[in-house]
Amino acid sequence: MSIASSCSRWLSTDTPATRIQARLGATYRLLRRLLRHPIGVAGLILVGLMVLAALLAPWLPLADPVAQSLGERLLPPSAQHWLGTDTLGRDLLSRVVYGARPTLAIVAMVLVASVPAGLLIGAAAGLWGGWLDAVLMRLSDVFMAFPRLILAIAVAATLSSGLWTAVIAIALTGWPPYARVARAEVAALRRAEFIQAARALGVSRTRLLLRHALPLCLPSALVRAALDAPGIVLIVSGLGFLGLGLPPPAPEWGAMVAEGRAIVFEAWWVSTLPGLMILTLSLGFNFLGDALRDVVDPEK
Amino acid sequence: MSGTASSLPVSDDAAPVPPRGAGKARRRLRWLASTLLTACITLLGLLIVTFALGRVLPTDPVLRVVGDRASQEQYDQVRREMRLDQPLPQQFGAFVGDMLSGDFGRSLVTGNPIAEDVVRYFPATFELATVAIVLGVLLGIPLGVLCAQYAGRLPDHLGRLFSLAGHSMPIFWLGIVGLLIFYANLGWVAGPGRLDVAYRYSVPTVTHLLLIDTALAGEWDAFRNAFSHLILPASLLGLVAMGFVTRMTRSFLLWQLRQDYTLVLRLKGLSESAILWRHALRNAAGPILAIIALTYAYLLEGAVLTETVFAWPGLGMYITDSLFAADIPAVLAATLLVGTIFMLVNIASELIQAALDPRSRSV
Repeated sequence: MSIASSCSRWLSTDTPATRIQARLGATYRLLRRLLRHPIGVAGLILVGLMVLAALLAPWLPLADPVAQSLGERLLPPSAQHWLGTDTLGRDLLSRVVYGARPTLAIVAMVLVASVPAGLLIGAAAGLWGGWLDAVLMRLSDVFMAFPRLILAIAVAATLSSGLWTAVIAIALTGWPPYARVARAEVAALRRAEFIQAARALGVSRTRLLLRHALPLCLPSALVRAALDAPGIVLIVSGLGFLGLGLPPPAPEWGAMVAEGRAIVFEAWWVSTLPGLMILTLSLGFNFLGDALRDVVDPEK
Repeated sequence: MSGTASSLPVSDDAAPVPPRGAGKARRRLRWLASTLLTACITLLGLLIVTFALGRVLPTDPVLRVVGDRASQEQYDQVRREMRLDQPLPQQFGAFVGDMLSGDFGRSLVTGNPIAEDVVRYFPATFELATVAIVLGVLLGIPLGVLCAQYAGRLPDHLGRLFSLAGHSMPIFWLGIVGLLIFYANLGWVAGPGRLDVAYRYSVPTVTHLLLIDTALAGEWDAFRNAFSHLILPASLLGLVAMGFVTRMTRSFLLWQLRQDYTLVLRLKGLSESAILWRHALRNAAGPILAIIALTYAYLLEGAVLTETVFAWPGLGMYITDSLFAADIPAVLAATLLVGTIFMLVNIASELIQAALDPRSRSV
C-alpha cells in the first residue's frame, strides 16, 4: 500500500528529477486517464486478451489446431469441443485461439514498417519545409490515393508468396496518414523557442529531427496506430477469406470463415465463430484508438 | 480529408501576398493545377505499380498463352506480339498508351477483351455501392446530428458504439451471417445473385442497372425480385458507410457548435435542434460531402469482398474469379480501373469541398 502510493507520487510529481522519471510519469498519467475511460478499458481488455491468447497459445490446454479427426467432423459446440469442430474434425476453439497469432503478427509488422517511416518523412517535411516538403507531401498524396485492399489483393495474387508481400503492400499505403499528422505538428512548432534554442546551440540536423522534433509526434502517432490496426486486421482477414493468406492447414480467421461458408446453413459455427474473432479484435483496437484520442488530445 | 493537413498555415515563409482581385483568381488556378498534377502523378504511380506487378510474375506469360507444346516459332511470335522482346522503358510506354486508350488486353481465360468484360461487370458494382451509400447517408446524417445534440449522453454513447462496430465489421462475414438470418431462417430476402433465373431474359438491357431497367420495362415483378436481391448486400455495406458518416457528421457539428455564431443563435432563442438542422448542418455541408465521397470510394473497394459472398456479378467478383483462374492481366486491369475511380472520387471530394468552402482553397 505505502509502496504503491509512494510509487504513484514519484510518477505523478510535477518536478521530475531525471529524464526517465519524466517519461515514465507521462506514460503513467496517460494510462491512468485511459483506465478512467470506459471505452478505453473495454478496448484494453479485448486487445489484451487477444494478445495474451496469441502469445500463450502453445501453453494453454488446447487440442492440436491442425490435428484432424475424421470421426468427429462438424460436431456442434459441446462440453468436449467448446466451439465444436470443423469439416476435418479439428477443434475449433483451438484453431480460433491460434488464429490470433498470424493476424496480430502482421498487424505488428505493418505498424513497425509504416509508423517510423511515416513519422520520419512527416517530421522531416515539417521541420525543413521548402522543396523537400513539397515532394514528400506530394508523394504521400499519391500513396494515399491507392485503394489499399485492391492493391494488397493484386500484390498477394501476383507475387504468390502469400502474406509477406501483402505486408509490404499494406505498409506502402499505410505511412501517409502518419506523415501528414507529424508534418502538421512539427511545422506548427518549427519556430518554437526550444527548437530555436537547440538550433542556436549547434545541434545537428539529424539530431534536431530525431531527438527534438520526432518525440513530439509520438502521442498522436499512437492514436493513429490504434485506429489503423482494425483496418489492417480486416485487410488481412479479407485476403485470407479470398484464399490469398497462409497455406491451408494453418489456422487463419479469414480462411476459416471461407472454409465454413459452404456449410453455413447446416453448421453455422464453423464460419461464424472465427468471424466473431475478427470483429472482436478490430472492435477492440477501435475502442482503444477512440479512447486514446480523447485521452491524448482532450481538446478535440 | 487530404486537404486539411496540408493546408495548415505554415507561418512566416508564406509567399508575399499578391495584389487582391487578380491574386485570388491566380491562387484558385494554382490550387486547381496542383490538384490535377497530384492526380496525374497518382495515375502514373498506379500504372507503374500494375506494370511492375505484371512483369514480376513467377510464371511465363507467353507460355500461358501458347501452351507448353507450342513450337519455338509460335513462342517467339507471341513473345513479339506481347512486346516482351523490347526493352523495359519501351514496354512501359506501350503499356501506358494501351491503358489510356482503353485497350486492357485480352483475358487469358475467356479470350474476350478485358475492357468489354469490365464494362459488363461494372454496373452491378455501381448499383450496389450507390444504393448502399444512399442508405448509409440517409441514416448516418440524422444519427450524427442526434449524437451531436446529445453529446456525452446516452444517445451519443450508443451512436458511438454503433458506428465503431460499423468500422470494425468484416463485411464478408457479415454477409454470411446476414444470409444465414434473413435468407435461410427468416426468408425475408432473395438469396445470392442479382436476379432470379426466371426473370433473367425477360428484361431488356438499357442501363445495366437492374432497378432502373426493370422499372423502365414496367416489369414490376422483376423489379421486386431485383430489389429483394439487392437490399441485403446494400444494407450491410450501408451499415459500414453509416458508421463513417455518423462519426464524422457528429464531430463536424460539434466543431460548428463551438463557433460564435451558434452562440448568437442560441441567444436569439433558437432551439438546439433548429440550430443543428438549419444552421450547423448547412455550414458543415462541405466537409460532410467530402466524407461521403471518400466513403463511397471505400465502398467500391469493400464491394469486392461483399460480391464474392453474394455471388454478385460485379467488378469485385470479376477480380476474384480472374484471381482463381490465374488470369493476372484481368486482375491488374481491374485493379487499375478501381484505383482510377478511387482517385477520381477523391478528387471530386476535394473539389466539392473547395466549391462549398472557399477557405479550404487558400493553399
